[in-house]
Amino acid sequence: MSKDWPLWEVFVRSRGGLSHRHVGSVHAPDAEIAVRHARDTYTRRMEGISLWVVPSAAIVASDPADDAAMFDPAADKVYRHPTFYNIPDHIKHI
Amino acid sequence: MYTTELQKTKAVDAIEDPEKLAAFEARVAADDFIEPKDWMPEAYRRTLTRQISQHAHSEIVGMLPEGNWIGRAPSLRRKAILLAKVQDEAGHGLYLYSAAETLGTSRGQMIEALHSGKAKYSTIFNYPTVTWADIGAIGWLVDGAAIMNQVPLQRTSYGPYARAMVRVCKEESFHQRQGYEIMMHLCQGTSEQKRMAQDALNRWWWPSLMMFGPPDENSPNTAQSLRWRIKRETNDELRQKFVDITVPQAEAIGLSVPDPALHWNESKGGYDFGEIDWEEFYAVVRGEGPVAKERMKARRDAWEKNAWVREAADAYAAKKAQKKQAA
Amino acid sequence: MPSLPPIRPEDEVRARERRGTGAFDAPAADEPDLSLFEYALRLGDDSLILGQRLAEWTGHAPSVEVDLSLANMALDLVGQATHFLNYAGAVEGRGRDGDQLAFHRDVLDFRNCLLVEQPNGDFAQTMARQFLFSTWQKMLFDHLTRSKDEMVAAVAAKAVKEVSYHEELSAEWVIRLGDGTEESRQRMQDGFDWNWRFVPELFDMDELAREAAMRGIGADLTILRDVYHAKVRSVVEEATLVLPSDQRPILGGRRGHHSEHLGHLLCVMQFLPRTYPDATW
Ligand SMILES: [Fe+2]
Ligand SMILES: [Fe+2]
Repeated sequence: MSKDWPLWEVFVRSRGGLSHRHVGSVHAPDAEIAVRHARDTYTRRMEGISLWVVPSAAIVASDPADDAAMFDPAADKVYRHPTFYNIPDHIKHI
Repeated sequence: MYTTELQKTKAVDAIEDPEKLAAFEARVAADDFIEPKDWMPEAYRRTLTRQISQHAHSEIVGMLPEGNWIGRAPSLRRKAILLAKVQDEAGHGLYLYSAAETLGTSRGQMIEALHSGKAKYSTIFNYPTVTWADIGAIGWLVDGAAIMNQVPLQRTSYGPYARAMVRVCKEESFHQRQGYEIMMHLCQGTSEQKRMAQDALNRWWWPSLMMFGPPDENSPNTAQSLRWRIKRETNDELRQKFVDITVPQAEAIGLSVPDPALHWNESKGGYDFGEIDWEEFYAVVRGEGPVAKERMKARRDAWEKNAWVREAADAYAAKKAQKKQAA
Repeated sequence: MPSLPPIRPEDEVRARERRGTGAFDAPAADEPDLSLFEYALRLGDDSLILGQRLAEWTGHAPSVEVDLSLANMALDLVGQATHFLNYAGAVEGRGRDGDQLAFHRDVLDFRNCLLVEQPNGDFAQTMARQFLFSTWQKMLFDHLTRSKDEMVAAVAAKAVKEVSYHEELSAEWVIRLGDGTEESRQRMQDGFDWNWRFVPELFDMDELAREAAMRGIGADLTILRDVYHAKVRSVVEEATLVLPSDQRPILGGRRGHHSEHLGHLLCVMQFLPRTYPDATW
């Protein structure tokens, strides 16, 4: 009978130089009001300087059941990390 | 706050895949976080949904007793503080509904469950706020009890719940202090103000102790909840902690705790206190609290009498979307 | 008039050096500037009464999110009221502060406009009132950021950002409710019908308003009227509503002649400080 509005995910940039971070969600009828609701809910204590809202339904997530196939193969590619390489201490700026 | 479990669903647990179940239990035991799309046993999902939504309902219903005094706050400073405080509780409700929604139940469903009387909320909000001192007592005692319960939940096993609790705890920190400050001022004030303060403590003390829920021997699911890290301390442990912290605070401002049995027990390093009237507690759980009907009516009215607002905004959004498509 | 002393060259030098201080209509230093006091009261009372009204929604809004929005606006307004009323008290110089002024005056001494004391009604009526008021308050505060009175200018500079948000938010709701469903459209129209009567008062340049404008403290509202009406009309049209026809203006709020609603609002708001006059809280 009395319906609720659709769900939006809220992302906040807390200060310049940082990326937007997921902080929670709000219900809102449309994008403009979703921004207002996000502002009035998640930035009351100066938590942010910029907001994104995204319809929750628009988020595509990886499937945790595929975790192994998705993320394990990266585990043994140690050569992608700088510490993999042994450079003598006296060689500077590298 | 108000994660007291008031309603136990019958334990008709689905038969779970033992391998998945073992892996899940191991993750939780290792203090790993469970996230929305992860596999979880049905009983975990159900218990959490109930616990988090009950917690959310409590935040929202909890706005009413204090909201009752925003218009009558006795100074501009107190008005702003109380308004901001009650607004915070709306925020807490919102964060918690969001967290609960990730488990697959919509907020609309949860709200309907509250309004139909199926879902419960903390017993404490079924008591009336009759004087200004009640606003002090609620901040001091009720938010104090809430904080005690919520702090450990920042490490609860369900990720969205834990993150909501971190945010809630950060905001909660001024709530108790503003309440105690109100009480302090009253106790330093005229004899009428002192009377008001003592009377508020007399009325709110026992209901505050009840907030932690039934005694451990009557909380059959506590062991499982502790194992699942959706409860981190038992009801009685938290209650004892609360009494030990609160009694000296009352004494410091010249208030006396309305419990003749209260005395310091040197050997346990804590207070012994009198028997809680559990009959009263269960009556309030049944919905017989002094202002239970008023609270539910207010919430139902807010939701149903304003349904036209939500419908109108939806209709507008639909029209806009249609126009955009046509263009 | 030869008996008067002549203006000597050194006087002329001194006169040149002192250029730019004082004003010909400045009141004597040891007398309180009562028009500034009254002007600050008007600003403070507008914010106070509307903040009080909006706070009535707390816990009863159409959704939790809207509850947060309304409380945010109310908090902004109570903050503005605190600044303006404390300042009014300081200007008056009789030892009254913001709380004294808020909680210990009767209807006849309140200086808010009639619009802000109107009852909330339903959400549409509240939004109509908010939109009509915030649009006006935004224009006024924009102007007041350049007030010759430093304090008025400083408070306006802080408040104009808050009020600008109130205007945008309420306009968005007016449009959604106006162009929503049949029911919401009717309610929104009724909301405007209720509140529209009180708009002329916002632009009424009575003696005090004229004086404040002349001294550069307040704004000349007559030059804002056309822009205001254009703004309101464009939102109302987008909301597919019609502006009610103008009627004989209802004035009086600025002189303490209020609607019946204010007395009840004060009963609630002032109850504690009046019941316990010796208490501090
Ligand atoms: Fe809370
Ligand atoms: Fe709280």
